[in-house]
Amino acid sequence: MTTTTLAPPASTDAPARRPRSVAPIPTTRLVGVELRKMFDTRAGFWLVAGIGIAALLATAAVIVFAPRDELTYETFATAIGAPMSILLPVVAILALTGEWSQRSGLTTFTLVPHRGRVIFAKAVAILGVAIVSMVLAAVIGALGNLVGTAIAGVDTTWNVSLTEFGYIVLANVIGMAIGFMLAVLIRNSAGAVVAYFVYTALLPTISSAFASTQEWWRDNGPWLDINYASSALYNGSMTGEQWSQLGVTTLVWLWIPLAIGLRAVLRAEVK
Amino acid sequence: MISVESLTKQYGTFTAVDHVSFTAATGRVTGFLGPNGAGKSTTMRVMVGLTRPSSGRVTISGRDYRDLANPGLEVGVLLDASAQHAGRTGREILAVAAQTMGLPKSRVAETLARVGLTEDEAGRRVRNYSLGMRQRLGIATALIGDPEVLILDEPANGLDPAGIRWMRDLLRGFANDGGTVLLSSHLLHEIEVIADDLVVIGQGRIVAQGSKSELLAAAGTLVRTSDADRLARALHEASVVTTPIDGGLRVDADPELVGEAAHRAGVVLRELRAADGAGLEEMFLELTAETAREGAAA
Repeated sequence: MTTTTLAPPASTDAPARRPRSVAPIPTTRLVGVELRKMFDTRAGFWLVAGIGIAALLATAAVIVFAPRDELTYETFATAIGAPMSILLPVVAILALTGEWSQRSGLTTFTLVPHRGRVIFAKAVAILGVAIVSMVLAAVIGALGNLVGTAIAGVDTTWNVSLTEFGYIVLANVIGMAIGFMLAVLIRNSAGAVVAYFVYTALLPTISSAFASTQEWWRDNGPWLDINYASSALYNGSMTGEQWSQLGVTTLVWLWIPLAIGLRAVLRAEVK
Repeated sequence: MISVESLTKQYGTFTAVDHVSFTAATGRVTGFLGPNGAGKSTTMRVMVGLTRPSSGRVTISGRDYRDLANPGLEVGVLLDASAQHAGRTGREILAVAAQTMGLPKSRVAETLARVGLTEDEAGRRVRNYSLGMRQRLGIATALIGDPEVLILDEPANGLDPAGIRWMRDLLRGFANDGGTVLLSSHLLHEIEVIADDLVVIGQGRIVAQGSKSELLAAAGTLVRTSDADRLARALHEASVVTTPIDGGLRVDADPELVGEAAHRAGVVLRELRAADGAGLEEMFLELTAETAREGAAA
């Protein structure tokens, strides 16, 4: 091979730049940036707006279609909660996978070379969106309950306690964490969304099919089926055994894969 | 200043970057030249912490990139102009970068103007951008933090000749102000127009480096004559290496020596000059011939 080796040129007498002090990037700013990125595309905006629209439609549907004696706060909460529990995890997934599917991570992780900080900021932003939407949903449901019962001329019933609301919030947070876990593990928008629906829609069907035929699964399934274990949160009360089942299933199906996914995100090459 | 010290990156048994060492000096534009797949992008990704090296290190102004508190204010990076969320507008992408760096909003409009993107273009979504517009947006992202160092991977790709001239003037001004510029290209003529220094890489190894003028001088002399064989014999007697080219020779010697040899041999010359771009191009192909995908066919 021909190799031409020449002495590296001496640097020219360019004027030295004045040194300036550079302050580190605060985490609050990163959370603000990640929050902004969740809303600044059409897809992101309409996804989050969709949660609000779905809540209003669900409220209207309850007012129009629900029988008078079922016109309670719980009915409103359930109707609003159903679309939200499906959409929020998708919000979590897209906030993460966009960096890989759209390759914007090349810029993101160059401006902030500590990926853990970016992922943490995303998690905080996602959690913020989740909590704000759930509080908004609670308010929309409350207004629906007031208006609906006034129209129907029945007594207004507030039958969702603060504890029960807390359980619903926890169930939604677990759902979003599952989305987050699948997103860091798969790092592809379409793949992670499909995986999420397999995980939360297909697996429970298979599990209940098993349970109807296999006695062993019927008895021990709650210790293995995360969807079953977390659905207990919607029943308004949790026994010690149910908390243990939730702990065991989330450890296996959520926290361990999440740890593997996070490790991969921190180490993998960004291309 | 960017300092690359014995950088190696292996993927399994494949060595993408093989003990690469070079320096991009302050106040100069350094061109990183090599055929596709030579290891330029991998080297640049390692520089900014996106890829972990197998061994070796890169320092920027003496520091590891990951140790920079707010890298956007110190190093402007453009790795792939197309790697942006297609659903964001150009202005929004720049605003997100500015917000990350903690810059005032006014810098967005200033920087858009600096790279020649109009208000109307900045309001369009990036999926509707041409490659040239994406490059300008990418340059804007690199410049907005007013850094001292620029690392640009194939920035001239997709620019028209006027765009390439614009970039040359921009990078020239940046280097003259005491900045350091490293830009890569697989096209010699692009880099020839822009760079002061050249680092040539082929199959992960550095095959040549030096200032452009040195490498041009090393490219020798171009001579055209109707009797190339006779001139070649005369030069070989003088122990000078020649390479036949269309209608003449490329000679590893200065024009004066070639002129004297031609005079002694009684050969009539049609052209005699220092090999400039053509010589460098030939050198580039020669240096990378063994390592390039196209091999000898190039």
